[in-house]
Amino acid sequence: MPFRTERHQETLRLSLFGDWTIQHVGDIERSLESLALDHIRRLQLDLSGISSLDLSGAWLIHDLQVRIAANRSVELASPEPPMLRLVAQTLAEDESTGSRAQRPRRSAIEHLGRHALERLTGWAEGLAFLGVTVIRFMAALKDPRVWRPISIARHVYDTGLTAIPIVALIAFLIAVIIAYMGAEQLQRFGADIFVVDLVTVGVLRELGVLLTAIIVAGRSGSAFAAEIGAMKLNQEIDALKATGVEPVEVLVLPRWIGLVIALPLLTVIADAVGVVGGALLCHLLLEMPFVQYFQRVDESIAAWTFWVGVIKAPVFAVLIAAAGTYRGMQVRGSSRELGRLTTVAVVQAIFMVILADALFAVLFMEIGI
Amino acid sequence: MSANPAIIVSDIVNRFGAQTVHDGLDMQVERGEIFGIVGGSGSGKSVLLNTILGLRRPQRGRVELSGVDVTTLSDAELRNLKMTYGVTFQAGALFSSLTVLQNVQLPMLEHLDISARALEELALLKVRLVGLPTEAASKYPSQLSGGMIKRAALARALALDPQLLFLDEPTSGLDPISAAAFDELLVGLQQELGLTVVMITHDLDTIFRTCNRVGVIVDRKMISGSLEQITDNPHPWIREYFHGARASRFGVSRGA
Repeated sequence: MPFRTERHQETLRLSLFGDWTIQHVGDIERSLESLALDHIRRLQLDLSGISSLDLSGAWLIHDLQVRIAANRSVELASPEPPMLRLVAQTLAEDESTGSRAQRPRRSAIEHLGRHALERLTGWAEGLAFLGVTVIRFMAALKDPRVWRPISIARHVYDTGLTAIPIVALIAFLIAVIIAYMGAEQLQRFGADIFVVDLVTVGVLRELGVLLTAIIVAGRSGSAFAAEIGAMKLNQEIDALKATGVEPVEVLVLPRWIGLVIALPLLTVIADAVGVVGGALLCHLLLEMPFVQYFQRVDESIAAWTFWVGVIKAPVFAVLIAAAGTYRGMQVRGSSRELGRLTTVAVVQAIFMVILADALFAVLFMEIGI
Repeated sequence: MSANPAIIVSDIVNRFGAQTVHDGLDMQVERGEIFGIVGGSGSGKSVLLNTILGLRRPQRGRVELSGVDVTTLSDAELRNLKMTYGVTFQAGALFSSLTVLQNVQLPMLEHLDISARALEELALLKVRLVGLPTEAASKYPSQLSGGMIKRAALARALALDPQLLFLDEPTSGLDPISAAAFDELLVGLQQELGLTVVMITHDLDTIFRTCNRVGVIVDRKMISGSLEQITDNPHPWIREYFHGARASRFGVSRGA
């Protein structure tokens, strides 16, 4: 125990000794809890035995004085150490400047209203961003000098070329899964040959482009948001504006255009790898000759099958690029915002891609292709 | 000089590839003084600080903090050593996902076993001590001004009641009035808490207002001494630094 107690009727004398420093605050707190203060009216504190005292130790003594003083008299039986005076002064100023700030409680309706307004302004901001980008794009169409070919090429490389291995691998694996599952079921009816239709039409119309878009959303949507967001935090966006350069023109447009070029190309690669993967599995699983497989591919696809898939790619590219660049531009304040908005960008990009794909499915059915 | 200095740096060599930053650098800081480290950009002030803190092992030499050689400590010993000093970084380096109060509480949570009430009250005491209003405790770093960030960083550095305080450019980026207020706060705390302070600074105002002694890094070594000794030093870089156009307004040239 870092203190001794002596009791004279209603007076308790506490003689503190040893180290009253921050390393011992936990132990001292616990031993102070066991202090018996029943029927004590007067408390005497003798601090002369303390060998070392720091601010945290002084706070403990101050806390002792204040908490016990509530209905007792407390006196110091030794000179007041300067550290204790510092604590008392620091905390005394506190009371004059007002109490701890408390967040005002909001009613449920107010909460709902605020949330709705935030959503609305969020939509408005998104729309404004889209508007600015489109205006800049139109201006760029008229004035070819504004095109930034080097920047666009860099984004085609970053989002397209470097994504080829992972996109090809996933397309291959998906084709294998479809072929395998299809073979299991269709073999029972002796309809082995229709595995080819399943793989070809499935990959070309839907899965090739959809999976490519989802991978690219994860890879490049997040990269767009993080790159632009970090530039925003680093005041690079302000620097661009101050130089008279429009950030949308140099940061947003090249990314959109780059991705619109890259994603259809990636889709073609995914389609090709998917069809070849199907051929390989049909050969191994159903012992189907390659010639027969590709003949069947030729028969199974209509004039539009391939284009139905590829035509969706530029639309998905715009959605992914828009989510990434817009969320990046929204970053302000802290690195936590950067992380949050990067996550939002990816989740929204994937969501919008799937939603758009569903709309395309309905559209293509209505027009009969 | 006392027999028991707070910091002894002897014969430090720091190299990055072919580039030698420090070549036989010596430095000594006495207990209870404010020691300023001055040097040109790229002269290795921050490298020296990292070496003293035990964050970087020098290629040669010893660093003693209160008699302990930090260059030979194990990871566990270094962890204990880090409880005995506080550091602030140039841009504040407050954790942006935590409030000011949580920033101050973080070192306490890591190293101490104390009650939730003590954690709250002690952290608030530190926030108050550096002159921040209580309302600031619940704010996030992105909501603070530059001067408040520096103060909050100081509060975090003082969280574990260290005897040694290292400050990396504590007044850079502040307006002269905020910088003067920070210097005043620092000198007050140093006297009341009996701190030993080592500070890297470019700010001549701060040097003349706060430092007892100054060490200048020139030619990969350190020249140190009292303010008068340093301002009278004939080395051309030191002369330019303390007697150049920017310095002449302080009137230091008079004595020289």
